[in-house]
Amino acid sequence: MADVKIGNLHKSYGTVEVLKDINLQVEDGAFVVLVGPSGCGKSTLLRSIAGLEPITSGAISIGGRNVSDLAPAQREIAMVFQSYALYPHMNVENNMAFGLKFAGVPKAEIADRVNEAARILQLEPLLKRRPRELSGGQRQRVAIGRAIVRHPKVFLFDEPLSNLDAALRINTRVEIARLHKLLKATIVYVTHDQVEAMTLADKIVVMNKGRVEQVGKPLELYYRPANLFVARFIGSPAMNTLAATLDGKGKAAAVAGVSLPLPAAVSGTGEITIGFRPEHCSIGKTGIPARVELVERLGETGYVHARTADGAALLVEVKGDPGLAQGAEVRVAPAAGHLHLFDGEGVRLAGT
Amino acid sequence: MRKPVSAFAVHAVLALYTALALFPIILVIMNSFKAKRAIFNTPLTPPMPWNFDPIGYSKVFGDSAIATYYMNSITVTVGTIFLTLLFGAMAAWALTEYKFRWNTALAIFLSIGIMVPIRLGSVSIIQLVSDLNLINTLTALILVYVAQNLPLAVFILSEFIQQIPRDLREAGRCDGLSEYNIFFYIILPLLRPAMATVAVFTMIPVWNDLWFPLLLAPTGGKQTITLGVQQFLGQYITDWNAVLAALSTAIIPVLVLYVIFSRQLIRGLTSGAVK
Repeated sequence: MADVKIGNLHKSYGTVEVLKDINLQVEDGAFVVLVGPSGCGKSTLLRSIAGLEPITSGAISIGGRNVSDLAPAQREIAMVFQSYALYPHMNVENNMAFGLKFAGVPKAEIADRVNEAARILQLEPLLKRRPRELSGGQRQRVAIGRAIVRHPKVFLFDEPLSNLDAALRINTRVEIARLHKLLKATIVYVTHDQVEAMTLADKIVVMNKGRVEQVGKPLELYYRPANLFVARFIGSPAMNTLAATLDGKGKAAAVAGVSLPLPAAVSGTGEITIGFRPEHCSIGKTGIPARVELVERLGETGYVHARTADGAALLVEVKGDPGLAQGAEVRVAPAAGHLHLFDGEGVRLAGT
Repeated sequence: MRKPVSAFAVHAVLALYTALALFPIILVIMNSFKAKRAIFNTPLTPPMPWNFDPIGYSKVFGDSAIATYYMNSITVTVGTIFLTLLFGAMAAWALTEYKFRWNTALAIFLSIGIMVPIRLGSVSIIQLVSDLNLINTLTALILVYVAQNLPLAVFILSEFIQQIPRDLREAGRCDGLSEYNIFFYIILPLLRPAMATVAVFTMIPVWNDLWFPLLLAPTGGKQTITLGVQQFLGQYITDWNAVLAALSTAIIPVLVLYVIFSRQLIRGLTSGAVK
């Protein structure tokens, strides 16, 4: 296993810059998830690490070795594709052994490695089957098996769960987490699903428009998002965000005519954005006035969709049935210590 | 669901067309087993004990030159198919997979080859073949036929290669295969149904061609069977028994080749690769 270092990486297609100055460090044995909306460059970054996309400038090193100009096979990586990309004309065993044969690995060792991977992934009864005779989940496991047998320094996963149905996706997610523990592997994993990112990652890299927005542990991103983009992207349902004004005394911000106590002394005046999560606010006698538009009752919890007089949408998580009807006037109060403040550019205010 | 009436109409048209296409072939085969008099007096009667005469076949099989002509035809056809498929697939792969300077120009140049009939160039082809000292060789025929069939083969195979998921090629690259190995071990096996289609399209015109054998290899024991049969057609006397028997037997090799290729025409070979 090895670490991955990416320094000042740029990638352009003609004049379009798709990756802008990416700097990233993946520690040995870490599970790093690249997450972001579609088109944010996360897959391109993964394919650049794999060597399937040439980079415009910058450097990629794996295990201390600069691999920027090496072919994929020489980088000692293994990639699991979103479509699995199993060779349709070969059975499961040959799919896994295929690359090793060309690498000149002795036959006995190939058999050992394939059997070991088959055992880990419970593929033993399926070794003689063709990909088309397998279910989606089984194909996924074969694709992972093909990566394992190569004994790579780094595993690269490109949205491996997006072709599976919901139930299988959760199972496979757990399976991948288990494999990571078992193999003590360095993994770079791409997904657009922030739940996958939160549950699997040691470290999440949030990307947007070719830039890294924030790197951090899952709960760091959740509790201290560095900017508005991360704040809105991480967490489900998404964070409420409202326009507000600092009053200059550093104590409260006027939101729709209501002053809210700030978590810390913030100096200065001007327009800011405040954010709080649906699970970190409550309906009570004080707070931001809003009108209820819809109540979703899920049983244990419920979601109240409301709208302020300025037209900003608010979502409040409540326990049980709030007993509110559509059109009811309510006040929403963010919980103390869970209020996020962002300046005019959307960057988290210093000291908060 | 289709209405039964329109389904019936479709089948009626197809049956009519089948009958039309098969009629001459059946007529040839039937008459090849009949005596000369019976061929002319009752051409539509099937072979019966009273008009049966295998004289045509004994003449054809007794003539050692005919066996050579068969071998020539088979060599030319198989050689043409092999080279067309190999170079066609390689060119199609290069044109679809790699971006290089003259990619588009080359693709357009090849598609011009589909539109311009090669026979327009017969005179220069004869000159070229003669300069290369290849007159009366099978090599000349194979080269010309490969040139004739390559453009369409590249065109059809390119379409199929584009349907092979990109991830498969990249999985091959991650597995450490060279570009040649990706082509021979991943692309080529997946192209089998497409190559069978191209092979069928290629082989029938090549087998039946009279033009280029007549121009490029008319003598010296290098005649193909279509040309070789002509020896039974005289200006004054035509040996119809032998002509019909030779033509009937000439069907067999193409039929065998067709059966071999049609077994490869299995659809959905790539199913299971992705998703």
